[in-house]
Amino acid sequence: MLPDLVNAAVLLGNYVIVPGLAYAAQLALGALGITLVFGILRFANLAHGDLMAFGTMATILATWLLQAWGVGLGPLPTALLALPFGIVAAIAAALAADRLVFRFYRRRRSAPIVLVMASLGVMFLLNGLVRFIIGPGDRQFTDGERFIVKAREFKRATGLAEGLSIKTTQCLTVVVAAVAVFLLFRFLQRTRTGKSMRAYSDNEDLALLSGINPERVVLIAWAIAAALAAIAGALYGLDKSFKPFTYFQLLLPMFAAAILGGIGQPVGAIVGAVIVAFSEVTVTYAWKKFLHYLLPGPWQPDGLAQLLSTDYKFAVSFMILVLVLLLRPSGIFRGRVL
Amino acid sequence: MRRIIIALAAAMAVTSAQAADNEVKIGVMVGFTGPIESLAPDIAAGAELAIKEVNDSKALLGGASVTPVRGDTTCVDAAAASAAAERLITADRVNAIVGGDCSGVTTAMLQNVAMPNGVVMISPSATSPALSTLEDNGLFFRTAPSDARQGQVIAEVLKERGVGTIAITYTNNDYGKGLADSVATNFKAMGGDVTIEAAHEDGKGDYAAEVAALAAAGGDVLVVAGYLDQGGKGIIQGALDTGAFETFLLPDGMIGDSLVEAIGADLNGSFGTVPGTDSTGAATFSDMAGAAGFKAGPFTGEAYDAAALIMLAMQAAGSADSGKLKDHVMAVANAPGEKIHPGELGKALEIIAGGGDVDYVGASAVELIGQGESAGNYREIAIDGGKITTVRYR
Repeated sequence: MLPDLVNAAVLLGNYVIVPGLAYAAQLALGALGITLVFGILRFANLAHGDLMAFGTMATILATWLLQAWGVGLGPLPTALLALPFGIVAAIAAALAADRLVFRFYRRRRSAPIVLVMASLGVMFLLNGLVRFIIGPGDRQFTDGERFIVKAREFKRATGLAEGLSIKTTQCLTVVVAAVAVFLLFRFLQRTRTGKSMRAYSDNEDLALLSGINPERVVLIAWAIAAALAAIAGALYGLDKSFKPFTYFQLLLPMFAAAILGGIGQPVGAIVGAVIVAFSEVTVTYAWKKFLHYLLPGPWQPDGLAQLLSTDYKFAVSFMILVLVLLLRPSGIFRGRVL
Repeated sequence: MRRIIIALAAAMAVTSAQAADNEVKIGVMVGFTGPIESLAPDIAAGAELAIKEVNDSKALLGGASVTPVRGDTTCVDAAAASAAAERLITADRVNAIVGGDCSGVTTAMLQNVAMPNGVVMISPSATSPALSTLEDNGLFFRTAPSDARQGQVIAEVLKERGVGTIAITYTNNDYGKGLADSVATNFKAMGGDVTIEAAHEDGKGDYAAEVAALAAAGGDVLVVAGYLDQGGKGIIQGALDTGAFETFLLPDGMIGDSLVEAIGADLNGSFGTVPGTDSTGAATFSDMAGAAGFKAGPFTGEAYDAAALIMLAMQAAGSADSGKLKDHVMAVANAPGEKIHPGELGKALEIIAGGGDVDYVGASAVELIGQGESAGNYREIAIDGGKITTVRYR
């Protein structure tokens, strides 16, 4: 009985928990960017997915350059070294978009929906730019050691029937995301600039009265959101693969996460991301083998015990989005209402 | 102004009439972009090699010269493929088409464009069983065999290797579904067990969920009826990463050096099938391809044969018109007549011009059956030491 329990746990870890955690970390960084932009600028930035793609593209280009020079990090992917370049490029793109597009509408005090539509335009522009520079195809840019724990070796070492594999990139994703989130929260809670950002987000007029420079707050919000987008994009690309179109598709789960947690609430974005990621993974997972380990013979299912076919993965985040908007529009942590 | 337009129109009418007289155009339509883009250049080069050979012989229709016109099918986008075929037929005025490549777009091109315009299409690589029974006005042929046959061969290979249970994943289109069903039916008929038959979509960043479902169903070998530059590769990578499967069966859409390079040593021990023959024609063609600067990979010989059949049929019909040549394709492809191997197209054209019969063998041992599809010769391959090696022909 005990080996069955261990096997079931390993199985779950291999197919649900490890990939789910990595995916959640990637979504959380993206959702944090969306929520920050919403909190400060008060509009839903549809260009966020493509901002991620732009940052990742810059990271990949820098990675290639470093690889050509023979610079590497040994077992870790070279892309980690190239990431600062990607962050700078993403920040530059976000600030350029703000100066050229969003500032114009902000000064005219346009309705939020106008800004959302403007961000749609920026999205298409970035979308085309990325495809123009690096092409629409699949890019793999991981190098170094691929695995921390290999399924085959795990089986041999433990003698279990199930293997556990942990990729370097999965581990890296969780660690880098944790560091980024820690730094962000420290910045928002402890520093003067962070406090002024929270004040501006809470009550714009009061913040202006107390002498906070709105342009500076906006600038820093964009910089942080773009940096998070570049990090999230690079980690997603390292873990899976880089393709401009998949980054555009990430927009839906990221928005679902941000809205579920309560938009404008950084903690909410993280909690939302974890819930969305694990919902996607668990709802489309075939539980047959897991149940076979746990249930006695006659109760074991013959079918796959899969709630939804994997084709419906995106439908899961869509359903979460619809349910939240219907039942609790302010989200778990009482954010704003879109 | 009006006079200028009339003059221009008249001039164009004259030039196009001239073009029809001594210039033949053959469309070469494969997926230069899309999920088999790594195979497409060599397939097109195969067709163009046959065209060059015929041009050098100056024997076609009393010295007509043939120009290849390339078009992109994208392999997956039926609308784009139909538009490209439309352009080739109405603007470039091609006489016949070598293509399309993937089954779905080939069906679309045939039904939307080739049939209304009465243009012959000979596909080197569309293998869906559905194409065998499609109404085609006698315009469609293929030098590739139907997957109904490949499914049978795959089931035999699996049985001979002692595989008891398989899981099948297929790319969600005509090719994938047709092949997967054929493998499942044949394998079950031989007493094997199919644990799951699940579709995957191409072009996703992450196949972890698909792999998890396949892993839950289990099986000794995973049959991946997909594309090597697309979801097929993603599934194999994911299955190896999580340790879900270690051995894969790779049908024709998955065979190519780019897959072996991308996956690396973990692919060793997997095996597959691809249309091919050990006839002397295949070896001759491989040498000719090498001399022309490309590699005789999957479907290149079939493309050479498709182009050759079109031109031989033109010669037999005494006309480059699709409406006439379509009735002669089967005759030049099959017995009776003198056997024609690659590199002998000039000789074949002269035999036909002299009133003789030819039996085209070509690079892929062409024997057209049914409505006009190859009877099917397969090469069983295994991945060994990072290379695709031939096990045997069947």
